[in-house]
This record gives sequence, structure tokens and C-alpha cells, in this order.
Amino acid sequence: MHELSLVESLLEILASEAQAQGYRRVTGIALEVGHFSHADPQALQFCFDVAAQGTLAQGAVLEITHQAGAGQCRVCGSQVALANRYDPCSRCGAFGVAVSQGEALRIKSIEVI
Amino acid sequence: MCTTCGCSVGAEHASQDDTTGRLVRLERDLLEKNDRFAQQNRDRLQQHGVLALNLMSSPGAGKTSLLEQTLREFRSHWRMGVIEGDQQTRRDAERIEAAGGLAVQINTGKRCHLDAQAVGHAMLQLPLMDLDLLFIENVGNLVCPAAFDLGEAVRIVLVSVTEGDDKPLKYPDMFATADFMIITKTDLLPHVDFSVEQCVAHARTIHPELTWMTLSSTSGEGLWPWQIWLDQQLTALRNAP
Repeated sequence: MHELSLVESLLEILASEAQAQGYRRVTGIALEVGHFSHADPQALQFCFDVAAQGTLAQGAVLEITHQAGAGQCRVCGSQVALANRYDPCSRCGAFGVAVSQGEALRIKSIEVI
Repeated sequence: MCTTCGCSVGAEHASQDDTTGRLVRLERDLLEKNDRFAQQNRDRLQQHGVLALNLMSSPGAGKTSLLEQTLREFRSHWRMGVIEGDQQTRRDAERIEAAGGLAVQINTGKRCHLDAQAVGHAMLQLPLMDLDLLFIENVGNLVCPAAFDLGEAVRIVLVSVTEGDDKPLKYPDMFATADFMIITKTDLLPHVDFSVEQCVAHARTIHPELTWMTLSSTSGEGLWPWQIWLDQQLTALRNAP
């Protein structure tokens, strides 16, 4: 459950931006979670509901979008979609596709008042 | 409480439609704080020429036993420090101290992994200028530690032959982020159904460049190649521009 640590980081970022961006409460959070990001969306949601209690993001809607996995084949150079890190290249069949997308763990935007 | 899923959102669901709300673009990474501390750790270690190794595995794969043997066998060769991560107790730090090592114990409490900030604090308790090697023994867990850079030079994953040789396929994140794999407890190979070749093949489908070795802390088999490998890593670190 390292998702709890990740949610604590998220809440710290929200608190640290409050003054600079001039908001008192966060009502919505758009979070992008990559397919290979080591974090589980359901666990993030669960931890958020618990950890946000008593913070400026209490009750905020956490909207998690999935970033698909993709990579570049080291053999034929094609950009291919990837469901697993160890999948072979869907064009040439070679193993060892280098992951180029799907590691995101990013707050894209927030709704504030 | 929300009556649909039991989450704590409740009546606040309505706040989405609040017309006074506005959108703020943030584009901030959840791991940015950890990564900032990790870079600070890496800079301090580099400054003192200390090779830091992050040891990760399931509980019981033999991390502490390998460190005890390493301290006993090579203490005249290198100056070594150990940061021990466990949820509770100083037991591992005591084992390291009994083997002649310098140990700092981090108790993570409920947490299932070490983070770069905790490691940075632990590093303050060690005389970095007097060390060659710093071993960071992560919490026994093949999932969560994968996500956290501690500022180490090398990430090592240990798999013991009493586990399944398909561990790399079941826990791909760990093997994807590791730089080196050690297959431990090889003295037990005659008694278990574990194929070193299969384990390496599985690991390499996830991480084709992953290098590896086998060893047994009990019989001592593999300790000499381990010493050579550590020497190579230390030389590479100290010769880096």
C-alpha cells in the first residue's frame, strides 16, 4: 500500500500550491496514472478518501485517468502499444521493447474555490 | 458517507457543479519530492565517493544474511555502512553490528518501503567520508520499494531458490527497475524445484540487459564473484566524470 505515501505527496502538493494559486479548497483533482506506474487506481482512491479527511481537499472528487503503455522496439524501431513490460514488439516480434509511455503519476489539473 | 460505494465523498459530490470554482493547471509529479531528496542523497554520496546499493526482495530472501557475510569476509577490504529498513525492531541492525558493521535502523512503522527522505536522515548518522560502501536494506517487499528512488547507485533485487523461479513474471515492476539480480541460497538447489536458467530467462524478458549472479551466504559459494562485482561498481563510480 505505498499508494498511501503517494496520496500524502498529492495532499502536500495541493497544500503547497494553495497560497500561490490563491485557493482555500480543492473540489476536484485530475490525476493521470500510467499503466506501468507501480500504483493501483483503486488503492489510490481508497487512500485518498481516508487521507484527505480534515485537509483542504476533503470531499474533492478524485478523477483518475489511465495513461496507456507504449514503447519503442529496440530492433525495428517501431512505436507500439504495450500491455505488459515484457510483451514482444507487435510489428517484428522481438523482445525488449523500451517503455516510452505509461510511467506517469501526475496531477494534471485541479478545481478550486 | 457516500451511499453508493461507502467512500467519504458524501454530500460534497455536488461541489463539482459549484459555479464559483475554477480550474488550475498543475502538471506536478507525485514522486517529485522523493526524487528531489534522492538527488540530494546521490550528490552527497558521489561527493564522498561512496557506492550506495539498494537491496530489495521479498521478506526472507537473505538480504541480512548476505550483508552479515559481506561484512565478515570483506571488512578489511572496504569500509562499510548499512541502513536497515524494517517496519519494527532493531533486530537487523543488531545482526549487522554483531558482524562488525556500522548500522542505522529505520523503522517505517506502517509503511511498506523506504523513501529518499528517510534514507537522507539516516545518512546523517553515518560518517560518509569514512565509507566505501553503503548498503541500504529495503523493507522486505517485492512491490512497493520499486517505485522509490533512494539516491542509490545500484538497485539490486534478490530472489532465493526457495521461492518460485517465475517471481520476475509475477512482480515485473521490481525486476524492470533493478540493475542487478542475485539468486540466493544456492546451497539448497538440490532440494528445491527451482531453475536458475528459467528465473534468468523470465527476468530477461522484462529487463533484457539485467545482469545477475548466484550465491549462497551459508556455503560461501559466489562470495568471491560478489566481491569482484562490488569492486567493479566502486571503481566505476569513483572514475565517473
